[in-house]
Amino acid sequence: MTQKIAIQVDDLTVAYNYKPVLWDIDLVIPEGVLMAIVGPNGAGKSTLIKAILGIIDPIAGSVAIYGEPYKKQRKLVAYVPQKGSVDWDFPTTALDVVMMGTYGSLGWIKRPGQKQKKAALEALEKVDMLSFKSRQISQLSGGQQQRIFLARALVQNASIYFMDEPFQGVDASTEIAIINILKELRKAGKTVVVVHHDLQTVPEYFDWVTFLNVKKIATGAVKDIFNDDNLTKTYGINYKVAVNK
Amino acid sequence: MSITEYFNLLFTDYTLRTISLGTAVLGAICGMLGSFAVLRKQSLLGDAISHAALPGIAIAFLITGAKDTNILLLGALVSGLIGAFWIRGMISKTHLKSDTALGLVLSLFFGFGMLLLTYIQKQPNANQAGLDKYLFGQAATLVESDVLLMVLVTAIALVIVLLFWKEFKLLLFDSDYANTLGFNTKFIDILITFFIVLAIVIGLQTVGVVLMSAMLLAPAAAARQWTSSLAVMVFLAALIGAFSGVFGTAISASQDNLSTGPVIVLVASFFVVLSFVFSPTRGLLFKQIRLIKNRRDLQLKKTLQFMYGIAQTHENIDHPHTIRILNNFQGFTKKSLRKMEENQWILLNKQQWSLTLKGFTEAQNLFNQQTQHE
Repeated sequence: MTQKIAIQVDDLTVAYNYKPVLWDIDLVIPEGVLMAIVGPNGAGKSTLIKAILGIIDPIAGSVAIYGEPYKKQRKLVAYVPQKGSVDWDFPTTALDVVMMGTYGSLGWIKRPGQKQKKAALEALEKVDMLSFKSRQISQLSGGQQQRIFLARALVQNASIYFMDEPFQGVDASTEIAIINILKELRKAGKTVVVVHHDLQTVPEYFDWVTFLNVKKIATGAVKDIFNDDNLTKTYGINYKVAVNK
Repeated sequence: MSITEYFNLLFTDYTLRTISLGTAVLGAICGMLGSFAVLRKQSLLGDAISHAALPGIAIAFLITGAKDTNILLLGALVSGLIGAFWIRGMISKTHLKSDTALGLVLSLFFGFGMLLLTYIQKQPNANQAGLDKYLFGQAATLVESDVLLMVLVTAIALVIVLLFWKEFKLLLFDSDYANTLGFNTKFIDILITFFIVLAIVIGLQTVGVVLMSAMLLAPAAAARQWTSSLAVMVFLAALIGAFSGVFGTAISASQDNLSTGPVIVLVASFFVVLSFVFSPTRGLLFKQIRLIKNRRDLQLKKTLQFMYGIAQTHENIDHPHTIRILNNFQGFTKKSLRKMEENQWILLNKQQWSLTLKGFTEAQNLFNQQTQHE
């Protein structure tokens, strides 16, 4: 396989206080995959993303984005945090939140102008939220808030997208809209990494998967490694047997 | 002196003009920076910092023996900053929640400050009197140089806010995201905190450590009720703060024995109450009115829906039916029937009603409309 490596994680270890949350993670994510990170609660899925993005300082290990440290490659990376991580009663509009996606390329002090506004409007259009552009964000539904977050990342026009549980608490139509956008991103050659909870939809939505439970259990193509063996290793129960029929 | 006399004097009396300008500028900077504190859910940060400033004032006095305001405020600034960064450190390094850290720093510093104040008071030094004005504030002691300092600090704060507006907004809304975009969130955080401490320190002489936090919170809380835009909120908070300053000074100047600081705070709090009740979107009053109106509206539509069900069973939609038919349905009164007639949904004829075309289509589209509003 001559695929380029988009993200390479070596020996990554993260701990909160004394307890290790991620233990010696080695991970290679090839360019152009749509990858799910799955694992039980507390497995360190969000932490892995945050450590790759430099939000959390690891105890040991390194992360390379296209062979360079994250700090040098920031502009290639976009991030969609968990919807619940911000206060949606903040006094601002949907368009304004999406505009925040342009702040990184603007850098310090420079104000967003017409060019940035146009990009933000296009992103709103892509997530089908253009008619809500002036809406106060507290008046958006959970699904609409998630779309706004996605639009904010799309504005960054990145090569790699990290998303933390984008399907959490959204209805079916939003879930479909989001997965269609993610598939489009993959078609355009982008790499998308998603923290995901719904095991049923993994084979349908993703082509790449990483099983995580503090340690990395397995990583690879869904068709090769998404099996009972790995599910059992990750979740500690025989998934198929444990579900009441 | 009456209020009108005050406003006449404002243009002629030098002292009054100085004090009014001082309280106005103080209100403005507190409102502006207080908005950031409120939106960061650090409402109590101001309280902790202002109390933490007290030992600094006492120590500055003990070291220099002078009562020069600027030196005392410099002491306040240093100890306020130490308090602020202790709080930051405690939150990030220990398991303590922010309210615990704030409470600890507040009581520790304030206790120490009070200890020093009582110690100073027992010293055989004639210079000591006047330090306790920093407890409750004494606007009357403001002189031109104090006000100049306030104006200067406010001007710098304004420039900083305008310059880093985008960064401040991003940090307030989503600091992790700001981090991934390459902004040094620690720097932005320290910048905001530093200016909040500065605003508090320059207000100590006027309002005092005990009430200072109200100057930060009240204008911001009031402004938040009226707007959904950060820029408008910050501007409005500054305006409310400035107005509270001037009006508070006016009231306290027109009455004997009313100290200015508490009056300013009361005026600002009055704005809060006013905003919580009368704001068109978030205010309690209009919320209640909208609620009642919506319920009545829905009740009418429910009755209409029922009539629609009956009318559907006939070929002519305007086929008259007796009102008695509605009896087994709870949702109608004479008043509501009349209201429906006003809406031209139905025609009333003695003891009979019939649906109009308008009423028929209204009922038909009822469900669609409701789903559209979602």
